[in-house]
Amino acid sequence: MSDAPAPLRDVPGPSALGGGTRRALELLYLIAATDFKKHYFGTALGYLWSIARPLMLFGVLLAVFTQVFRLGSEVPHYPVLLLFNIVLFGFFQEATGVAVTSIVGQEGIVRKTQFPRLVIPLAVVLTSLFNLALNLVVVLVFLLAFGVAPMWTWLLFPVVLALLIVITVAVSMLVSSLFPRFRDLAIIWTVLSTVLFYASPVLYPLEKVPATLRDVIMINPLAPLLELARKWVIDPTAPGPAALAGGYAGLLPAVAVFVLVCVAAVWVFKREAPRIAEEL
Amino acid sequence: MGSPSTADDVTGPAPARRSDGRVVIDVAGLDKSFRIPEHRIDSLKERATHPFTRVEYREHRALRGVSFDVREGEFFGIVGRNGSGKSTLLKILAGIYRADAGRVRMAGRVAPFIELGVGFNPELTARENGALNGVLMGQTLREARRNLDAVLAFAELEEFVDLKLKNYSSGMLVRFAFAVMVQSDADVMLIDEVLAVGDAAFAQKCMDYFRERRRQGRTVVLVTHDMTTVQTLCHRALLLHDGELRYLGEPEDTALRYYRMNFAGIVAAQGGDQVVDVNARVVRAALLDASGTAVENVEDAEPLRLDVALEAARPLRRPKFTFHVRNADGQAVFEFARRLDADVPLGGRVRFDGSVENRLVPGTYSLDVYIGEENERGPETVQGLRLVNFLVFGTAPEHGLVTVKADVEPVLEEPQP
Repeated sequence: MSDAPAPLRDVPGPSALGGGTRRALELLYLIAATDFKKHYFGTALGYLWSIARPLMLFGVLLAVFTQVFRLGSEVPHYPVLLLFNIVLFGFFQEATGVAVTSIVGQEGIVRKTQFPRLVIPLAVVLTSLFNLALNLVVVLVFLLAFGVAPMWTWLLFPVVLALLIVITVAVSMLVSSLFPRFRDLAIIWTVLSTVLFYASPVLYPLEKVPATLRDVIMINPLAPLLELARKWVIDPTAPGPAALAGGYAGLLPAVAVFVLVCVAAVWVFKREAPRIAEEL
Repeated sequence: MGSPSTADDVTGPAPARRSDGRVVIDVAGLDKSFRIPEHRIDSLKERATHPFTRVEYREHRALRGVSFDVREGEFFGIVGRNGSGKSTLLKILAGIYRADAGRVRMAGRVAPFIELGVGFNPELTARENGALNGVLMGQTLREARRNLDAVLAFAELEEFVDLKLKNYSSGMLVRFAFAVMVQSDADVMLIDEVLAVGDAAFAQKCMDYFRERRRQGRTVVLVTHDMTTVQTLCHRALLLHDGELRYLGEPEDTALRYYRMNFAGIVAAQGGDQVVDVNARVVRAALLDASGTAVENVEDAEPLRLDVALEAARPLRRPKFTFHVRNADGQAVFEFARRLDADVPLGGRVRFDGSVENRLVPGTYSLDVYIGEENERGPETVQGLRLVNFLVFGTAPEHGLVTVKADVEPVLEEPQP
């Protein structure tokens, strides 16, 4: 309905963010909101499930690791730490797990409208982020209930959160854009994320791990992130990632992996985005 | 980048143009290939067990150097057989596929309708789906929400706004989807065979809407293989074959070439050794006046005296001839059909003479004939032919479509005592 004649502009074809940032953001909001409603509608407890799930896992693991393996007694605030780790890792696991098949799942939209491809994995992360926010409220309640005193370093937690979101987005972009061409990825990723669960200091604090194995685990960028979150939020006496890695130089492999994953994600996604509609 | 486009910087065939509006779609040298794997390696296992097998790809060239432009206010048809590349072309215009080479430029907001109700989610309400679908069709979220009332009013679904789509009947769903399309009000609409869904009443509604848009001078690009639609609505039409632009011009000519292309293959397969390229052709077609002279102008109320002869270019089995008279808007004012209760041999001629009552209001009209045949799939139109364009002149009021005899007189009533 424009009165002034609109100028001719190029139609470059589909891309990660084609169609403008505003449109991408609006679609991001709509798709994420839709997913969220779709996910929880019709279940008796509704949104409560997003909290109930990690709590149940937490309950089981807590019983196992304090009653069976007696690990908990040596670590300050072990129950809260366990819950906190489960919530943080759960965000990564849930988002990337859903992201794998996300683009194929939105096939109808991808093949029939001009749609910024990046919105799809981002919407998945956004939905998981919403769950994470709800879960962090629960964590806060537990923190105070277990007598963890509020600390100024809590204000630093968003830094950890930001880095966690970045790596989650990067991995989601990678798996979602590769899945249309390599359909095995869905299964591989289920296995891989379970491996990552045990190869991250979720159930155990990293200082309890023998030094050689610890060096291997520290390559995983999630490991220093979780340790950092622990030091800043729960236990200021915890060694922290640098000490665990044997100095800041020891963190370099994790940083390198982090950067590599991000660069690969952008590169692969940009390369795959224009042709995804044809691969479906 | 780029200088503002002018009418003449487009390479490619220069067809007759009816519309002199500015260029709103400019397509130059479009190429698109799909790599079709002969043996697709889909899984890692296959890759692992045959690590050195090179995947053999067959190159399918869906589009080869297609260039054309569309003017503002034009109703533009893209026709071709299945696999001719017409849907690929539309998807490139819509920004769904990326072209390998060439350039596409468009002006204004473009809304693609590859399918009705894209992205509809049955678990969501009409309100939520309306917003999502509107944004998918290129509106901003605010526009889409503001538009929702109009959409629901058009679909006559106001009271069901908060009902989940899964509880809609299929008829309601189609109405809703169509309303979203109608109300999206883009500058340029790209439509792919939307008419194929729904029942006859819905198809009629689509046609009414298209006619309305045409009258308003809105730009529409329509992909179809229904030649009746093309001849009725389009100002120009483009014929694609094997990814090449074969013809661009008057819809009648495009339709003729389409039929020629479609049935050439069939006749060859039947072992016809003659070069037969159309199902039927016009031997002569004219309107006559009372003295039997061909005329182009007919006075109102003067009967339309037909002098039409058609020749079968392949044997026709009990053909049915449907005559349409359309006005300048492309709207069919009336039609009548006659079946020939005999088979027409190759080269056989069918003559029509006689007269048709003329109640047309003054204006320009066209007379077409559609030839249909009964085959395994039921009745099928095998050819449409433009017979004549003619003008009805006279003093009858030009509102409405037809004049009628009305035996009605005003009478002043005596005031009641």
